[in-house]
Amino acid sequence: MAARIGVVVFPGTNCEHDVVQAVERLGGRGELLWHGDTGIGSVDAVVLPGGFAHGDYLRPGALARFSPIMDAVTRFARAGGPVIGICNGFQVLTEAGLLPGALQKNGRLRFLCQPTRLEVTSTASVLTGLAEVGQELVIPINHFSGSFTCDEQTLHQLRDGDRIVLRYLDNPNGSVDDIAGIANEAGNVVGLMPHPERASHALLGSEDGLVLLRSLLSAAATGVAA
Amino acid sequence: MRFQARVEVQLRPGIADPEGATIERALPALGFEGVDHMRAGRSFSFEVDAPDEAAARTRATELADRLLANPVIEESTLELEALGG
Repeated sequence: MAARIGVVVFPGTNCEHDVVQAVERLGGRGELLWHGDTGIGSVDAVVLPGGFAHGDYLRPGALARFSPIMDAVTRFARAGGPVIGICNGFQVLTEAGLLPGALQKNGRLRFLCQPTRLEVTSTASVLTGLAEVGQELVIPINHFSGSFTCDEQTLHQLRDGDRIVLRYLDNPNGSVDDIAGIANEAGNVVGLMPHPERASHALLGSEDGLVLLRSLLSAAATGVAA
Repeated sequence: MRFQARVEVQLRPGIADPEGATIERALPALGFEGVDHMRAGRSFSFEVDAPDEAAARTRATELADRLLANPVIEESTLELEALGG
């Protein structure tokens, strides 16, 4: 049975088809989920993809967290289901309180759209389970508000809990501790600013995102959080 | 009673404010010398129906904390004014 990956579509989301295509290329089944629905059906994992949910009005993710589907996504996450937030999806997860910290405007107020070099720094998550610590990946970013910030105590918790899963090798946006992606305590909820689905085919310039998506499919198929 | 509320949202002290810093850097070129500590923020205004000012303050504060500001990086201040009629 192919793992079923639910991909949430908010008004303004624009990376949902890219995620579905990348997932299906790896043998999974992608299913679009509308933000106005109150359930997520019987998917094995949920992806909140990139874009500009609700126009990014107020703050990126601030309004999306109140979309009807988010109650079901939160319940699924609390029950250990794999939930990934990519870029705007990461912003939604922090606003929803499913991940700590916040994504601020980039350090030099530049919209950044470029490949970035990343290092896998923890495999204790549903997104990095099949990767190796120290593995270098080239995956593009595409954001204006991607500078991860949090208080000192949260940063210690992230470090001590092995929850910083990806770091930038050339920090492009001023993120605290070069953070590109983090996980929750259980490792089943992960947010990252880089777009693995845009590094999922040689034609796109990199296939380095595949190991992350494969990890997600594997976690979804076994139904076990990291 | 009806109240006019004005909420100002600013980044917490210590949180980097690239927008404020960029504005500040532009000032000398415009001839504004001796201006510093520029911080950018946002302001929201709305009207609230409530039995009294305390109740209006509670509702408006909750609204500001739950939605208008992200408490992780921002703080808000509230001004209330009773509207006539």
